[in-house]
Amino acid sequence: MTAGYHFTQKHILGIHHLSPEDIAYILRTADSFKEISTRTIKKVPTLRGHTIVNLFFEPSTRTRLSFDIAAKRMSADTFTITASASSATKGETLIDTARNIAAMNPDIIIMRHSFSGASELLTRYIGASVINAGDGTHEHPSQGLLDMMTVQEHKGRLADLKVAIIGDILHSRVAHSDILGFTKMGARVYVYGPATLIPRGLAVLGATVCSSLDEAITDADVVMTLRIQKERQSDPLLPSLREYAQKYGVSRQVLDRAKPDAIVMHPGPINRGVELMTDVADGPRSVILDQVTNGVAVRMALLYLVMGNS
Amino acid sequence: MTKSWLFEGGRIIDPQNGTDQERSLLVVDGLFAAAGTPVPADARRVDAGGCWLVPGLVDMHVHLREPGQEYKEDIVSGTRAAAAGGFTAVACMPNTQPVNDCMAVTALILERARQGYARVYPVGAISKGSRGEELAEYGEMKDAGVVAVSDDGMPVRDSQLMRRALEYAGDHNLAVISHSEEIALSRHGVMNEGQMATRLGLMGIPAAAEAIMVYREIALAEYTGRPVHIAHISTAMATDLIRTAKARGVRVTAETTPHYFTLTEEAVQGYNTNAKMNPPLRTEADRLAIRQGLADGTFDAIATDHAPHSSLEKELEFDLAAYGIIGLETAVPLALALVREGVIDARRFVELLSVNPARILGVPGGTLGAGTTADLTVINPDQNFVYTLESVVSKSKNSPFLGWSMQGRAVMTMVAGRLMFELTP
Repeated sequence: MTAGYHFTQKHILGIHHLSPEDIAYILRTADSFKEISTRTIKKVPTLRGHTIVNLFFEPSTRTRLSFDIAAKRMSADTFTITASASSATKGETLIDTARNIAAMNPDIIIMRHSFSGASELLTRYIGASVINAGDGTHEHPSQGLLDMMTVQEHKGRLADLKVAIIGDILHSRVAHSDILGFTKMGARVYVYGPATLIPRGLAVLGATVCSSLDEAITDADVVMTLRIQKERQSDPLLPSLREYAQKYGVSRQVLDRAKPDAIVMHPGPINRGVELMTDVADGPRSVILDQVTNGVAVRMALLYLVMGNS
Repeated sequence: MTKSWLFEGGRIIDPQNGTDQERSLLVVDGLFAAAGTPVPADARRVDAGGCWLVPGLVDMHVHLREPGQEYKEDIVSGTRAAAAGGFTAVACMPNTQPVNDCMAVTALILERARQGYARVYPVGAISKGSRGEELAEYGEMKDAGVVAVSDDGMPVRDSQLMRRALEYAGDHNLAVISHSEEIALSRHGVMNEGQMATRLGLMGIPAAAEAIMVYREIALAEYTGRPVHIAHISTAMATDLIRTAKARGVRVTAETTPHYFTLTEEAVQGYNTNAKMNPPLRTEADRLAIRQGLADGTFDAIATDHAPHSSLEKELEFDLAAYGIIGLETAVPLALALVREGVIDARRFVELLSVNPARILGVPGGTLGAGTTADLTVINPDQNFVYTLESVVSKSKNSPFLGWSMQGRAVMTMVAGRLMFELTP
C-alpha cells in the first residue's frame, strides 16, 4: 500500500473504475470483515442508522441475499425492491424511480439491471452512493472482487497467476469484471469459448483469446467456468447444450491439464453437466462455496468503504 | 420589405458556373441578377467581406417529425433550424406518423411547409406504411410533390421489392434512397460492434450489416440500369463498394454525414445516448475512409440525417434510447473543418452540400446563375462560436456536439430573395 493512499470512490460501478490500489484495499478490508460472519452474534454496529436500498430489476437470489446479509451484519436498515413490485411495470422510467427513492434519502442504492450502463446513469441523477450489482452484459464488480479474494486466499497472491475463463464471454458481466480485475492485479487471463460467444475486440479488456481449450487450461492456476444461459438458446449461437458439454465443458480429464493445485470456480448458478461436470463442481479443487462466503465479506467492505465517501 | 440585395466584398463560389472569385452579387425580385444590372436605389447593401457566398445549401436527408411527433420537431421548427444552419432546402424522410406513403400526407407536409423557413422536399415511402410488402403509389405521390422515395429507418428486406422499386420509381422520375442495413445482422445491436461495445457490454452492429445491403443495391442498380442513392454511409467497407461500383459505371450516388467523418465509437463512452444513431459511429479507420471518400469523389453529398428526439427518448438506459441526432445547425462548421484540414476544397464543399444533392433529387438550386431563383447562403468561414444547449434552434437538443468550439457558420440564409435567417451578433 502506497503511503498516503485514500479510498476515494463514492460509487462502485465497475472494476474498470478501480485502481489496483483500490482493489487491494477492498480485499484487505473484506478480509478483516470476514471473521464477523463466523461469530455467534454476527452483527457489528458500523452502519447503524444508515439506509440501504436494494433495487433489483432482474431476478437474483445469491447476489441479493449476499448484499442483504452484508448490510444487516453491519446494522444498516435495508429495503429491497424487486422488478415485479416496482414501478417499472407501470411505465415509470428508471430515472424517475431512482429520483423518487432518492427523495427518501437512502445512503446507498444497490442496483441490478438488465441494461448495461444503468448504474452509471443513476449516478447522474441522484446523490446517494450507487453499487452496481450487475448491469446487463457490462460489469458485476462485487463478483469480480469476491473472485479475486477467493483466489488470493488459496494462492496467496494474484500476480503472475494464469487464470483461465471458459464459456460464454459475450453475455457475461462476471467475465468482464474478472478479466479487468485479474489483469489489473498482474495475473494473466486466458479465455476460451465457442467463437459465437467471444465478443469482438475482447483483447481491449486485457485478456488473451485462446484457440483451444487446451491452450487456455494448460498450466492454469485458476479455472473459471461460466454459466451457459439456456434462455439464450433461441439465438443460433450454439447447436445444443449436449455438444457444448462435450466440446467446451470442464470435466476431470480437462482439468488434468491445469496445474495440480489449480482451483475451480464458478459464479453460479451452475448448469451441472453442461459447463461444469458434477464431479469437478463437487471435487476437492472446487472453491465455489468459498466464493459465496467471501461474497458477504466483500460486500460488507464495499458498503463500509463507500459509506465513508458518500 | 427590401426586394433587392447587394452583397459586396464576398467570395462567390459557384461551381455550376465555374466561378470562384471575389465580386459583388446582386439579388433583384427574388432572382440572381446578371452582371451589369443596375443596382436598385432601395437595395439593401450587405458587407460580405471575408464571407463565402454560395448557392443555398440542400440537406437531402432530414426528419421533420410532422405529422405525428410534433413534440420532437415540426416543419416550422425544423426548417427554422435548417435556415439557422445555412440550408435553404431540406428533403424530409417519410417515417412520420402516419408514414408519408400517399398524396394526402405529402399534401399536408407541403401545406405546413408554406409557413416554413426553408424549402421542403418530401420523400415518399418505398412501400405502403414502410412495411416492406407492397409498393406505395409513386405516381400520385409524385404529382403531390415528392422528389424521391425511401423506406429510411425501415430498411427494405425483400430484394425483389427493392428491384421493383428501382424499376417503378424510374417510370416516375423519382430518386430511390436506400437505408442499407441487413437487419438479421444488426437487430440486436445498439452501437458499432467492436472494442467499445465490448468494453461497455453493449451488443454490436457489424460493419458487414451495412456493406451487404450496399452491395445488394449496387447489384440491383447495375442489373436494372436504374440509379440508386445510398444514404448515410458509415463504414470503410461500404465506401469501397461504392467507389468500385462507380468506377465501372454503375448509376450509384451516396451520401455520408458530418458525424461519420467527425466522430468514432469512442463518443459512446459513458453510455452517451447522444452518440447513439443508426448506422452507428464506427472506428477511426472507418472515419478516415469516409474522409478519403469525400476527398476522391466517392461521396456525392453530405447530408445531416437530422433526427430530433426529446429527452423522453434520450435520457434513458442506452439500450432503450432512440437512435439519431440533430445535425442541421452543425453541418456547416463540421464540413468547414474538412476544408481547413485539406480534405476537400471550397468548391467541393459547395458541390457536396448544394450542387449534388439538388441534382440527385432533381430539384432547382445549386447555382448562383443569373436569372435563377435567389437561394443563397452566406458563410463566415472564420467565425468562432461555441455550440451551446441554449443556442439550439431545433425543438430537440440531442447532439453529441453540444459544448464544442466550432469555427465557421452560416450568417445569412436566403430563399428566393427572402431573408430566412440572419445571425445577430
